[in-house]
Amino acid sequence: MLAFLIKRFANAAFVMLAVALLAFTIFRFFGDPVEMMVNEQATQEDRAELRERLGLNDGFVTQYTRFVTNAVQGDFGISYRNQQDVMVLIGERFPATFELVLVATILSLVIGIPLGVITAVHRESRMANALQLGSIVGVSLPSFVVGIMLILAFSVSLGWLPAFGRGETVDIGWWSTGLLTSSGRAALVLPALSLSTFQITLVMRLVRAEMLETLRTDYVKFARARGVPAGRVHWVHALRNCLMPVITLTGMQIGNLIAFALVTETVFQWPGMGLLFIQAVTFVDIPVMAAYLMLVSFIFVALNTIVDVTYAWVDPRLRDDTAKAGGANG
Amino acid sequence: MAEISHMTQETRPAKPTIRTRWQAMRESDLWYSFLSHPSAIFAACLLALVALSAILAPVISPQDPYDLAALELWNAEIPPIWKDGGQWPYLLGTDTQGRDILSAILYGSRISLIIGFASVLVALAVGLSLGLIAGYFGGWVDNVIMRLGDVLLSMPFILIAILISAMATAALPTGLKDVLAAPILIFAIAVPSWVQYARTVRASAMVERKKEYVQAARLIRVKPWRIMLHHILPNCMTPIMVAATLNFGLAILSEATLSFLGVGMPPDQPSLGTLIRIGNQYLFSGLWWIVVFPAVQLCLIVLSVNMIGDWLRDALNPKLR
Repeated sequence: MLAFLIKRFANAAFVMLAVALLAFTIFRFFGDPVEMMVNEQATQEDRAELRERLGLNDGFVTQYTRFVTNAVQGDFGISYRNQQDVMVLIGERFPATFELVLVATILSLVIGIPLGVITAVHRESRMANALQLGSIVGVSLPSFVVGIMLILAFSVSLGWLPAFGRGETVDIGWWSTGLLTSSGRAALVLPALSLSTFQITLVMRLVRAEMLETLRTDYVKFARARGVPAGRVHWVHALRNCLMPVITLTGMQIGNLIAFALVTETVFQWPGMGLLFIQAVTFVDIPVMAAYLMLVSFIFVALNTIVDVTYAWVDPRLRDDTAKAGGANG
Repeated sequence: MAEISHMTQETRPAKPTIRTRWQAMRESDLWYSFLSHPSAIFAACLLALVALSAILAPVISPQDPYDLAALELWNAEIPPIWKDGGQWPYLLGTDTQGRDILSAILYGSRISLIIGFASVLVALAVGLSLGLIAGYFGGWVDNVIMRLGDVLLSMPFILIAILISAMATAALPTGLKDVLAAPILIFAIAVPSWVQYARTVRASAMVERKKEYVQAARLIRVKPWRIMLHHILPNCMTPIMVAATLNFGLAILSEATLSFLGVGMPPDQPSLGTLIRIGNQYLFSGLWWIVVFPAVQLCLIVLSVNMIGDWLRDALNPKLR
């Protein structure tokens, strides 16, 4: 197990170093950092002095090492566009994205799981077929199109829900939350729904596939034979055994949701990290782009590593080295 | 089709009962499965219709949306023809510059389909060759290629595509940006998607290279590339075809998303995503048709591709037969 852990963490660290190399290359070689930071009146000496102070005259390896050391400490430099510390900027925007992703994840489970159970249990019924077709449609709808259609329906035509912004927020320490005010909650509905559409269909399809297998097992047949009510068999006995893959999928998809939130945030002008990133892309604000890339990749890699390690912990067969070498003693 | 049957007859002459490819296809399990799946037929017809109308766009569209001289401002903001104030020939209405929406959609679908198709081809070419090389030779070559793949898979797909597209555009001089917009997008979408093909082919190549027929081929000094292309590659075409079909849908989606975010096709050669981006600005001014119709077309394309992909996956899955 220890060997597996070391190997898995070394792998994650390698991937993060590679991502850092990419971020550093973008930072260093697209546009001149000095030109981006000085004002128009700066003299040649000022520029040379700044260049020396930023360490841009050092060798590639030295600079890369410094970039990684700073990144580990959360220091990504100063934004070119509004001259603020990048980590402060991202920290301000993080709660908005986190709440959006959290609510979207909850929605996907609350809606996706029951739909999956229903389509599996009433397999040949018309409703199940319609839901199954609906799930293909759900996978095919681009998330920004879902967002735009939701705005057209619920904001423009019906006027029920706000189409942009976050509503009123309340500060708890450094965390600003929109969940505690009614306008904040109303503003969250449409973005969360549009972000979760894809995820709902994913959960639904997974639960359906798992349920179809579970319903064939002996213990379900036995429970039926014993006279347990059908509802209890389906929703308690069978469903409980389908949840493990759903939890895995949800965990691994959070990284994707954070990345895809940037599309939703653009549609709804939601003031999160993704919108910050897209604005940074438009203005070629490279420190912000590099920091966002590193942060999202880190969350992605961390979640994958946690899932892998948990699986290896639960199921010794997956610790591949021991399985190959020693067989049963792993 | 004619060329292929001609070739088979040439290589194996004097066999009157030889089946042409067309006959073989009509008698295959796949064709039978296709005919018994109404959703697959529906999707294929829809996709064929969209592709045909996109190819014929210069012939059938009422207006050339690239020709700025053809745009008349007094024809701007005309609603669809079934609404009050609708005008012939603007079936789906016009935008704020007098551009016919239907023509823009036909030309836009063209760009979306070409970019989607080309990026799948590029990803296939890169993924298959790298996967074959990695699986056949093994060793450090394998290590380098697959590590690179790991790194790419450890970042979200859409993020890599946005970064490549944004960086390439930022690095280019202004004059070249618009000319190279489509190639940049194709590249940006292909880079994160080749890994899947490479992994599939590599796994299969690692198994096949140990088999006797490959050893025998090596002994009679068949060149490595010939073994890879003629002996190993055909063994893994089934999962590759399914993945390529589903990735075609994903590529069209990604292109639309990038263009919608403003890091894709420029407004003077709009893809469906760009059209939706433009229309999105008029969401609150009642001009819903500018955004809704391109969005519907995009959804129809992706939906039909995904339905075909789903059917193909089930039809080619030996477990489900």
